[in-house]
Amino acid sequence: MEVFLQQLINGLTLGSIYGLIAIGYTMVFGIIGMVNFAHGDVFMLSSFIGLIIYVAITQLLGLSSPMFAFLLALAASMVLTSLWNWSIERVAYRPLRGSFRLAPLISAIGMSIFLSNFVQVVQGPRSKSINGILSGTFNFGADGGFGVSLPYSSIVIFFVTVILLAIFWYIVQRTPLGRAQRACEQDRKMASLLGIDVDATISITFVMGAALAAVAGCLYLLKYGSVNFADGFLPGVKAFTAAVLGGIGSLPGAVIGGLLIGLIEVFWSYYISTDYKDVAAFSILAVTLIFLPSGILGRPEVEKV
Amino acid sequence: MLSVSNPLLVVEHLTMRFGGLIAVNDLSFSVGRGDITALIGPNGAGKTTVFNCVTGFYKPTEGRLALARSGIAAAQDVADLTQSGAQHKQMPSGDIYLLERMPDFRIAHKAKVARTFQNIRLFQGMTVLENLIIAQHNPLMVASGFSILGVLGIGGYKASEQQAVEKAKSWLERIGLIDRADDPAGELPYGAQRRLEIARAMCTDPVLLCLDEPAAGLNPKESLELNTLLRSIRADHSTSVLLIEHDMSVVMGISDHVVVLDYGTKIADGTPSEVRNDPKVIAAYLGVDDGDEMNPAHGGAK
Repeated sequence: MEVFLQQLINGLTLGSIYGLIAIGYTMVFGIIGMVNFAHGDVFMLSSFIGLIIYVAITQLLGLSSPMFAFLLALAASMVLTSLWNWSIERVAYRPLRGSFRLAPLISAIGMSIFLSNFVQVVQGPRSKSINGILSGTFNFGADGGFGVSLPYSSIVIFFVTVILLAIFWYIVQRTPLGRAQRACEQDRKMASLLGIDVDATISITFVMGAALAAVAGCLYLLKYGSVNFADGFLPGVKAFTAAVLGGIGSLPGAVIGGLLIGLIEVFWSYYISTDYKDVAAFSILAVTLIFLPSGILGRPEVEKV
Repeated sequence: MLSVSNPLLVVEHLTMRFGGLIAVNDLSFSVGRGDITALIGPNGAGKTTVFNCVTGFYKPTEGRLALARSGIAAAQDVADLTQSGAQHKQMPSGDIYLLERMPDFRIAHKAKVARTFQNIRLFQGMTVLENLIIAQHNPLMVASGFSILGVLGIGGYKASEQQAVEKAKSWLERIGLIDRADDPAGELPYGAQRRLEIARAMCTDPVLLCLDEPAAGLNPKESLELNTLLRSIRADHSTSVLLIEHDMSVVMGISDHVVVLDYGTKIADGTPSEVRNDPKVIAAYLGVDDGDEMNPAHGGAK
């Protein structure tokens, strides 16, 4: 029972990070129908930005409160990563809009390779780490046997994810910006004939996705304390899986998908085999897509004949 | 050519070429302010291409499309604007826009031109009400501080959203869809979707409403309702209408001015009764022997 609870905590924590990245995938896919393969690397990049700024603030400026420094680094990382993603869209995707469907996809793969190699060259191939920012834990039933430990960081990660999901869901469902995003999702041409600036709306979508990736990147840092140039790939692919599993285009779906992938991965590792944990997540995706092609919360596409 | 005393839109020498194909050839006509102007012609005559040029979907190969939002644009001002290379010019009597230079969303937002398509392009997944609110995007975006203040609940966003909802509802009353406000737009019957599209276009507060075959696929009763709706738009709003239509009962029943195209060229331009009796128009629609077309007795009737 303790082990189960412990794995549940670990799974939800990991899944929250996947979920935050998945929102970026799902929003971009929703609006321009493109899988932004560089999104995982944007997540990795944001983590590096957060780490560099955190180190700069604590070491160079000598700020003693790690939590405050972390929040500053998070804010800065959100802004800088948004700028990065805005530029990526401007340079690599927008000129290809209206071209054949695979062009932006290939461009995104190129951008993904560029980002991870760029970070490798600039930051070196080894993992960069920092001391625990938030290292405390709650311990339950630790007398003698296995206890359940609930790290503060896990609590923060889970609740930040839920709160951000609520905020973004509100933006998409209830504000003029979100309405414009949903309109562009359905018919970009018609949206622009109603006076909506489609290019600007798409740019804002990339910025929103990047801001969430930056939160995920910094929370990743909070949980693991280290980051490597190659860390964008696997979380990126799993977050994409999560977005598909939850129903691509749906924000709550992305987070639910993320949590499920996180839980599957953690439980599979513990009860079956650590070596095959990645296989498990993708197998379950394959099975889901066979029986539930539009994902858990996705709207099925009904074609009128 | 029918002389229009107070033109809203003046199209001059509009030419649209696609490679070697000339879809519209040196077309000039005016859309009168407050009028319903019909653009008719056989299939493939280039009517929709004209619409696409007016709404910014295509960039015309040649020609000028000058729209004066209010007041009469002096020829000198239009010439100055053309020289300056700018997209629009602010005038005390109302701004002038050169549509051929503007991207489509700016034509909709700034010059206030709205359009519908031959096929229905509602946002099927959104509710009927939302379709009308999205058309009021730009004023709402400003009122909500580009959604930032809106999220925080600061400022007059709530009030302006309330206004947008009121306006949408008043349109739903007019087109008889108020009971279905919260249904997905895709679930409405065909005729109702057509009316909703027109209402959505009207929610952008256009000065010019371009309707591409609004009566296509409507039954006679629905087509009559459409006539009533278009007449009431002309009567109650300062919106001018440019209409492509094959249904002659609609064209002849409601338009003030008819322009006839054939093979991308204008063959007639006048009031409905003038156009109806024009032998060139009859020839274009019904087809005549080559010999008849050459007959001077028919050719001189314009």
